[in-house]
Amino acid sequence: MMDFLQPTSWSEALRIKSERPGAVPVAGGTDVMVELNFDHRRPEALLDLNRVAELAEWSEEDGRVRLGAGVPYARVITELGDELPGLAMASRTVGSPQIRNRGTVGGNLGAASPAGDSHPALLAADAVVEVASVRGTRMIPAAEFYTGVKRNALEPDELIAAIHLDVARGPQQFAKVGTRNAMVIAVCAFGLALHPEQQRVGTGIGSAAPTPRRASAAEEFLSGELTAAGLWSAPRPLTDSVRRRFGELVAQAASPIDDVRGSAAYRRHALAVLARRTLGWVWQDYCGGSWPACA
Amino acid sequence: MRVTFTVNGEQREADDVWEGESLLYVLRERLGLPGSKNACEQGECGSCTVYLDDVPVCACLVAAGQVQGREVRTVEGLAGDDEQLDPVQEAFVAAGAVQCGFCTPGLLVAAHDLVRRNNQPSDAEIREALAGNLCRCTGYEKIMDAVRLAAARVTPSTEDSK
Repeated sequence: MMDFLQPTSWSEALRIKSERPGAVPVAGGTDVMVELNFDHRRPEALLDLNRVAELAEWSEEDGRVRLGAGVPYARVITELGDELPGLAMASRTVGSPQIRNRGTVGGNLGAASPAGDSHPALLAADAVVEVASVRGTRMIPAAEFYTGVKRNALEPDELIAAIHLDVARGPQQFAKVGTRNAMVIAVCAFGLALHPEQQRVGTGIGSAAPTPRRASAAEEFLSGELTAAGLWSAPRPLTDSVRRRFGELVAQAASPIDDVRGSAAYRRHALAVLARRTLGWVWQDYCGGSWPACA
Repeated sequence: MRVTFTVNGEQREADDVWEGESLLYVLRERLGLPGSKNACEQGECGSCTVYLDDVPVCACLVAAGQVQGREVRTVEGLAGDDEQLDPVQEAFVAAGAVQCGFCTPGLLVAAHDLVRRNNQPSDAEIREALAGNLCRCTGYEKIMDAVRLAAARVTPSTEDSK
């Protein structure tokens, strides 16, 4: 026996979740329904979030986007490509058109798979996850949201409301390794964002550690190099040694395992390549000079 | 539980639906609409692709209760009331894009969605639109032919039907 709970408002959804903490939220169903179809999971109840209209909305205020947890990837791609380029790029690599029509960033966070495609982009862009319960609202930085393999910082009575990100003020990139161009669980993935106004670099590693994670030493190295050489305001081509060192530091930040999709050694190697490559792309974009902090 | 929704323009009711059941199961086993195929049950193969409120989705990944009051269009609903095949279906026949036929219903819905949005798709756009539909027989070449043919035949005046 299982209950199918179908709130039509956010306050009702929160009330139900507090009364029934064992209810499993389902939006696009691209993870939850697979578990049900294969009998891997028999929750006491499903909490359908499709009827909560506000979850499927996004808004922008003062240069910051509040992305409802239930906005499908297809809409992130078509509606937010300019504002959130890294997340839109990552969204384009999710599954297939059918999956992108249903799957949501909120669902990716709820599942908290280390291989979730949106995570590297969220980490690189300093995303903050808005979670809520009848007790109130918490704002959790993405870097603190992933707590273990398929585990996140949600309390049993909490639901993911939205994701908050700055409108990009510098170039962003995302790259993913897989065996084909569609329907691929990442072998490894990398997200990169430049934050010129803060003279900072953001990174995110996917599918190469128990959780998605940043490559902090690589971020500090690159931002330090850019600042020391005055490249934020007067960008010039980067030296090979900077690009190589950045790739090495990204690879060192990972702690991958051998599994059916790839070996740990391959993942480290590929991450270094992705890091160098995405750095090349963002820097070329930055040197194009269309960014406000660029003199 | 009971689920009431519109299928191919008709209001339908399914009773004794299990709460964890998929839309695909409801269509095939409860409503007698076996056109949408059941293969991977994990959204990998696309053979159960249907329109949900006019958006192509994998029916195996939609919980039955989620379609309450909503509109579903399956491969059975692509042809007109007069049994006239949709131009996309005709093009699949004309191009010989069917071998075993198992993937065909899902490909028809995905291709139908593409050509109504874009009647001059490039090959790359066709491949991208069909990336969620696996065919293990044809090697896709005849399917590509069929979609090109369908796109050429779907002029704005005959564009979607419903």
